[in-house]
Amino acid sequence: MTAPGHHLLRGVRPLGGDPTDLLLRDGLIVEAGRGLAAAGARVIDGDGLVALPGLVDLHTHLREPGREDAETVETGTRAAALGGFTAVHAMANTEPVADTAGVVEQVWRLGREAGWTDVRPVGAVTVGLRGERLAELGTMADGAAAVRVFSDDGRCVGDPVLMRRALEYVKAFDGVIAQHPQDPRLTDGAQMHEGDVSAVLGLAGWPAVAEESIIARDVLLAEHVRSRLHLCHVSTAGSVEIIRWAKGRGIAVTAEVTPHHLLLTDEEVRSYDPVFKVNPPLRTADDVRALREALADGTIDVVATDHAPHAGEDKDCEWADAAEGMTGLETALSVVQATMLDTGLLDWAGIACRLSAAPARIGRVTGQGRPLAVGEPANVVLIDPAARRRVDPSAMATTGRNTPYRGRELPGAVVATFYRGHPTVCDGALATRREES
Amino acid sequence: MRHLLSAADLDRAGAVEVLDVAARMAATQQREIKKLPTLRGRTVVNLFFEDSTRTRISFEAAAKRLSADVINFTARGSSVSKGESLKDTALTLEAMGADAVVVRHSASGAPHRLATAGWIRGAVINAGDGTHEHPTQALLDAFTLRRHLVGEDASGADLAGQTVAIVGDVLHSRVARSNVLLLHTLGARVVLVAPPTLLPVGVGRWPCATSYDLDGVLAGDVAGPLDAVMMLRVQGERMNAAYFPSRREYSRRYGLDARRLRLLPPHAIVMHPGPMNRGLEISAEAADSPRSTIVEQVSNGVAVRMAVLFLLLSAASGPASGPATEIAKEIVP
Amino acid sequence: MTSARPGPNHIVLEAGEIARSLTRIAHELLEHNKGADRLVLLGVPTRGVPLAARLAARLGEIEGRTVPVGSLDVTMHRDDLRRQPMRSIAATDLPPGGIDDQIVVLVDDVLFSGRTIRAALDALSDLGRPRAVRLAVLVDRGHRELPIRADHVGKNLPTSFRERVRVSVAEIDGVDEVRIEGDL
Repeated sequence: MTAPGHHLLRGVRPLGGDPTDLLLRDGLIVEAGRGLAAAGARVIDGDGLVALPGLVDLHTHLREPGREDAETVETGTRAAALGGFTAVHAMANTEPVADTAGVVEQVWRLGREAGWTDVRPVGAVTVGLRGERLAELGTMADGAAAVRVFSDDGRCVGDPVLMRRALEYVKAFDGVIAQHPQDPRLTDGAQMHEGDVSAVLGLAGWPAVAEESIIARDVLLAEHVRSRLHLCHVSTAGSVEIIRWAKGRGIAVTAEVTPHHLLLTDEEVRSYDPVFKVNPPLRTADDVRALREALADGTIDVVATDHAPHAGEDKDCEWADAAEGMTGLETALSVVQATMLDTGLLDWAGIACRLSAAPARIGRVTGQGRPLAVGEPANVVLIDPAARRRVDPSAMATTGRNTPYRGRELPGAVVATFYRGHPTVCDGALATRREES
Repeated sequence: MRHLLSAADLDRAGAVEVLDVAARMAATQQREIKKLPTLRGRTVVNLFFEDSTRTRISFEAAAKRLSADVINFTARGSSVSKGESLKDTALTLEAMGADAVVVRHSASGAPHRLATAGWIRGAVINAGDGTHEHPTQALLDAFTLRRHLVGEDASGADLAGQTVAIVGDVLHSRVARSNVLLLHTLGARVVLVAPPTLLPVGVGRWPCATSYDLDGVLAGDVAGPLDAVMMLRVQGERMNAAYFPSRREYSRRYGLDARRLRLLPPHAIVMHPGPMNRGLEISAEAADSPRSTIVEQVSNGVAVRMAVLFLLLSAASGPASGPATEIAKEIVP
Repeated sequence: MTSARPGPNHIVLEAGEIARSLTRIAHELLEHNKGADRLVLLGVPTRGVPLAARLAARLGEIEGRTVPVGSLDVTMHRDDLRRQPMRSIAATDLPPGGIDDQIVVLVDDVLFSGRTIRAALDALSDLGRPRAVRLAVLVDRGHRELPIRADHVGKNLPTSFRERVRVSVAEIDGVDEVRIEGDL
């Protein structure tokens, strides 16, 4: 007879280190060491598996409320659990926009009811994402959802005065503005990265300078008002240079990169397959190289999925009419393994930092991104790094079928995910939701 | 070749073959009876999501002169006015048994999508997509160039040694993209002439030269003596997006007028894909001069499109053999 | 005793026999039409074209005058384009005098199903209105699928349906000969 909620992870390798046992009980890691007694716990054979703290996504589109045909909190967090995540940040560009305490608390409550991961709502910076006046940031921060990350993601906070005020205002509750860096005028009608490939394909260009100019402006603003600034989905080598410079000056800037910008380039667009349409667009091989190096040296702090599921009809059309975005929760860790670990740029400890500790710290998420140590919350993901799998969109938990990796073989597989001690994923498949006790 | 989506789909031999077949087709169009039974029983759909009466009529004439059944399907398909989706339209055409779909669309890549998404089985011919390509226009331009510069009986010849200037709004021009690719494939030298705002970022990787100086190019100072100059349509509205300050300044710097016409070598021809903006990119003297091939380009368009339809639709589309075929008689060296 | 049926891939007509066949056909044509008046020879590409030219030359030698000769491409009139690999289109060249009210002699290398000749008749009707159309072929191998017959035949050659008759002419292939190639 095994006691519910008690798990002994036998012979796992925390952060890829030496094998050890971890005993999980009552939502905590209660013992660590070799040869622990099962003592009624369910034993998980972890031979060959790497243990990481549960992953934390700073950038997820769960689409609820408003586009439940594309994703719901339930389906999106199932996908998250399968991807090894124990917390996700739900972006604000829903319908209605998450610009009031009412909407963010609805999303927060749906996340708790779903029970697959923590759901941390992101609040909109401006009312309706319109970039005209500030949303009630303090009310969202003070409510049950305790919002700390604010973003108009999908739209740039273009007005420099408004951006300055937002950066200043959220200091009162230790919030952070997550900017979507895209100069709207320079990207009017933009369809893909502006460069050699766009010139051939006749698709309107999204120049790197449209991202870099906003990043340059915003790091200077953040320095001026001494605020924290987070930069969403950084995609160019030039952005990396500016961020590196800003960090060198001691500016409190953090940045994320998506898995797809670590792997794919604008060459994919030659197919005109809208599954490769994403914002910011896929860039060049030089950008990919710079982003990997920046993630390795810490210039870029985190990998965030920008998981953006879309209904089939929004992708099954001509390029110009297609929606922007790719799913990412269920492939993120594999893509990071392929691009960062298998290339020798990061070890598992580095990956744990970029995918768990750093995003939890930026989002001020408690109980997530903690070390795998006794007394810490039992948010643990077990990975088989030797596995290889072929990506099949129809086999995914997300409602979105728009993965850019269809048919591609990726390394690594999530074998189990423990969310506050509860196994949401076992043997690579969804297990059960965690019920509130 | 299953589809014609880009001028890059043709290698030198394939491009010369289209021109040779087009020459045969043009010869049949001199006859009293212009109609050939070649594509009897085949269905060609003209799927036009964007207005272009002249291109549609050209394809329609080409298909009808080969005895194909022609269905004209004019649809509105833009992100602004959401009509029936491209996919649903394609599935409708497939159900009607379209053997070839000639598609014109305001979105770059729409024909590519139609050909590769698995919605239809027929051959797809790009009749102009967004700011991407217009391969049959490039073929008819090459056909016109070959006739004038190489000769009436140019069977098998390419355009090696010819120099062609393409002038105007290259950035937004599908004609320019297809022409650069095809003329390069055929061995010609191409020089693009435009204000820097109307050349795409990345043009440096194209197989051509570029210049901002029309007078210098026409005089042969930049790329050597020209054999042809092709003027592109420029939309006056572009000045609202600051691509150039005014129509007058554009015309002064990049328009082909009588003075510039005189800079050309005597044998060089003047081309324009139409429709022209007289007084903007080309003056009446240039458009109506004896060296202008603008009207001839239109009639060549029918012959070239007949050739493309013939080559795509007569290619083996089913099992080749059967008791009623003459396979044992055909002598294929 | 079985007859010594030659093995696959054997020559059935050599250069001398081909030349004699063409000479005979030339005489037949003159006799049948009572001279070369109004005769126009049109070769069907590919190998009918040089055969027509040779025939015209023979007629010219015999009659002491030039006999108009040209070519007639039938590709665009075929009804089997779907079944056949794509053929390139050859030239249609009519003599300057045209074909209206002339006696057109179609010249081809091999007569088989008759479909090529049907296409040629269609092609002709788009080009003008001859007084009469005759057909001269170097080899008739049988297996007709249409009610078409040749007026002048170099050699009747009984074949199996599966055999291939390969005509070579010096102008194109460097040698004059007719071969039967065995079952495919």
